[in-house]
Amino acid sequence: MNTTNGVGRNDLSRAQLNDALCKMYQIRLFEERAEALYMQGKIHGTMHLSIGQEAAAVGACLALRADDYILSTHRGHGHCIAKGADLNLMMAEFFGKEVGYCRGRGGSMHIADVDGGNLGANGVVGGGLPIAPGVGLGIQMQKRDQVCVCFFGDGAANEGAFHESLNLSAIWKLPVIYVCENNQYGMSMPFEKAFAIEKISTRAVSYGMPGITVDGNDLSQVYQATTDAVARARSGQGPSLIECVTYRWRGHSKSDRQKYRTREEVKEWQARDPITLLRAKLVQVGLFSEMELDVITQEAQQTIDNAAAFAESATEPDPASILDGVYV
Amino acid sequence: MSEPREITYAQAVREALRQAMQRDPQVFLLGEDIGVYGGAFGVTDGLLDEFGSERVRDTPLSEAVIAGTAIGAAVTGMRPVAEIQFMDFITLAMEQLVLQAAKMRYMFGGKARVPMVLRTPAGSGTGAAAQHSESLEAWFVHVPGLKVVMPSTPYDAKGLLLAAIADDNPVIFIEHKLLYKTKGFVPEEYYTLPLATSEIKRKGKDLTLIATSVLVARALEAATQLAQEGIEIEIIDPRTLKPLDTAAMIQSVCKTGKALVVHEAPMTGGFGGEIVAQLCASEAFDFLDAPIRRLAGLDVPIPYNRELEKRAVPQVADIVREARALVRGEY
Ligand SMILES: Cc1ncc(C[n+]2csc(CCOP(=O)(O)OP(=O)(O)O)c2C)c(N)n1
Ligand SMILES: [Mg+2]
Repeated sequence: MNTTNGVGRNDLSRAQLNDALCKMYQIRLFEERAEALYMQGKIHGTMHLSIGQEAAAVGACLALRADDYILSTHRGHGHCIAKGADLNLMMAEFFGKEVGYCRGRGGSMHIADVDGGNLGANGVVGGGLPIAPGVGLGIQMQKRDQVCVCFFGDGAANEGAFHESLNLSAIWKLPVIYVCENNQYGMSMPFEKAFAIEKISTRAVSYGMPGITVDGNDLSQVYQATTDAVARARSGQGPSLIECVTYRWRGHSKSDRQKYRTREEVKEWQARDPITLLRAKLVQVGLFSEMELDVITQEAQQTIDNAAAFAESATEPDPASILDGVYV
Repeated sequence: MSEPREITYAQAVREALRQAMQRDPQVFLLGEDIGVYGGAFGVTDGLLDEFGSERVRDTPLSEAVIAGTAIGAAVTGMRPVAEIQFMDFITLAMEQLVLQAAKMRYMFGGKARVPMVLRTPAGSGTGAAAQHSESLEAWFVHVPGLKVVMPSTPYDAKGLLLAAIADDNPVIFIEHKLLYKTKGFVPEEYYTLPLATSEIKRKGKDLTLIATSVLVARALEAATQLAQEGIEIEIIDPRTLKPLDTAAMIQSVCKTGKALVVHEAPMTGGFGGEIVAQLCASEAFDFLDAPIRRLAGLDVPIPYNRELEKRAVPQVADIVREARALVRGEY
C-alpha cells in the first residue's frame, strides 16, 4: 500500500475529495428533494432512489475523465450527478420541462447527459449491458483512449445479456469497466435467492477478465478498483468487473411495501452510511475540519435549492412538438 | 350462479389464478416479484401464502428463461402461468415466444403441446415513459401458433384467463395497468369465456366503434357524451385478438354503415389495420357510407411529460371528436 494522504492508495487530492464529498451530498439531497416533490405531486411517474449507494457512483466516476462514457441504470440519479450533470437541467427533466436534459420526454428513469458522456439511465434492467461493448468498440475503432463504465445491478447480472456482453468485451479487449452495484436486492429478490455464488465478481473468471469485490460504501475502495480497471482499459488490455457491495435504503420504487426485508436490516446498513464514513475519514486523517465539511454540505444544499427553483419555474414542452425527435 | 360481486380487474385476475390453481395441481405461477412482493401491480398478492413457493415461484431477472421455463414445463405436462412484469420486457422473451412456443407444436407434427399462459400488463398513463408503456399486441397477432387475449373488464379478465389456462395452446394474455383498479361485477365461481368471441359493449345505430383494452372504457364514456347529442354508437370489443371473431363487427357495420377502430398502440402497423382489412373484405363493404377510420396512438415513443403522454394516445375527447365527425360526414 502506497498511502499518501491516508484516504486511498491512488492519491486523491484534497480538491478531488472535496468534489467527491460534495457530489455524494448532492446525490443524497437531490434524491431527498425529488422524493419530497414527488410526494407533493410536483413530480410524477415513479422513481428509483439510490440513497445509501452514493459512494459507488461517485467512487467509480471519480476515476474517469470528463470525456469518458458511462451507461447508467433505472437507479441512475447518482451516476448522472457523479458524471458531472448540471443539476438544474436534471431537476427540470424530473419536472418534465422543455429545458430538461431529455426535453421532458424521458424523466427520472431515462435521465441522460449525452454531451457529458452519460449515455443514459435505462428503464430496462440490464439494458445497458449489450450497449457497453459497442461503446468500447466505437472507442477502439476510432483509436481514441476513452473508456466506458457500465453500471448495472445485482439483478441485472442474471439477465442473459450480462453473459453476452462480458464475453464480447473480453475477447475483443474492449475498454469497458463493468461496475455492478450489488445492493442486495433486485426489487424483492434477495441476492442469496437469485445467486448460487457468494460474489458476483467471481463470474469474471468465466470471461477471462479481472474481477474484484469491494466495499461499495467506501469511496476510496471503489475509486481504487475503478482506477486500476481504467488503467487496464485505456492501455488496451480490456475489460474488468467490479462488484460494489452496498445497500438501497429506500424502497425499490415509489410503490414498495418492503415486505421482503426487515427494518433492522435497513438500520444496520444505515449505520454504515457512505457519507458519514467518508466524513469521518477525512476528519480523522486531518484533511478537512468539521467546519469545512459543513460548508461543503451547505454548498451542496444550495445547488439543490437552486435546481428545484429553476425546474419549477421552467416552461412545459409545446404539445405541438410531441413528434420532435422520433427521427433525426 | 351466485350473485356477482363488484371486484377490481386485478382481483378478477387473481381470482382466476387462484381458482385455476385450486382445480388443477399442474397450474403454477412464475415471474419476477410475484411472491412476497405480490407482483409489481399487486395482482398475485396473497397467492404465495395460499399456495407456497413451489407453485408461486419468484425468478431472478431473466425474462428469456421465464418464457423458456414456461415452455419447457408446459411441454412436459405442467400448465404454467408466467408473468412478465411489464409488457415492454416481453422483448427479452421474444425469441422463446415467437420461435419456440408458437412453433413447437406445428414443427413437431402436432406431437407436442404447449399449454402455457404469459400474462403481462401493457399500456401508458402511469408516467413511466417510453420503456414501461408499450402496447405490443400486434406483434403477437402476427405469429401463427399464439393466441392473444386483451380483456377490458373484470368479468372478461376472469373468464378469459381461466379459458386461457385451460387452453392447450400458448396464450399471450395482455392486461392494462390503468384497468387494474377499475371495478365490475364478477361471479364468484369458476367460469370460462370462449377465446374467440367479441362482445357488443353498447348498442347503437349510427356508428360501429371497435375498441380494445382500456380504450373500451374511454369509448363508452365518449358514447355517453355523444348520446346527449343524439348520436348512438355501437361499441364492440374483440376481447380476443387471435383468434378474432369478426361476426359481430361485420353485422354491426352492415347496420350502421360506418366504422371507427380505436386502440392505444401506434397507428402504423397496429391491430386496427387488420380489423379494417377484415371489414373491407366482408359483406359490410357494400354497406359502408363513409371511409373506415382509425384512431390510435401517435407513432411516437410514450413521452414522460404528463400532457405529452396524454396526447400520445387516444383520450375520451379524441374519440368524441372522431366519432362525431364520422357520423356527420365531416372527415
Ligand atoms: C428487463 C426488465 N425486467 C424487469 C424490470 C422491472 N424492474 C425494474 S428494476 C428491477 C430490479 C432490478 O434489480 P437490480 O438490477 O439489482 O437493480 P436495483 O434496482 O437493485 O438497483 C425490476 C425487476 C425492468 N425494468 N426491466
Ligand atoms: Mg439490486
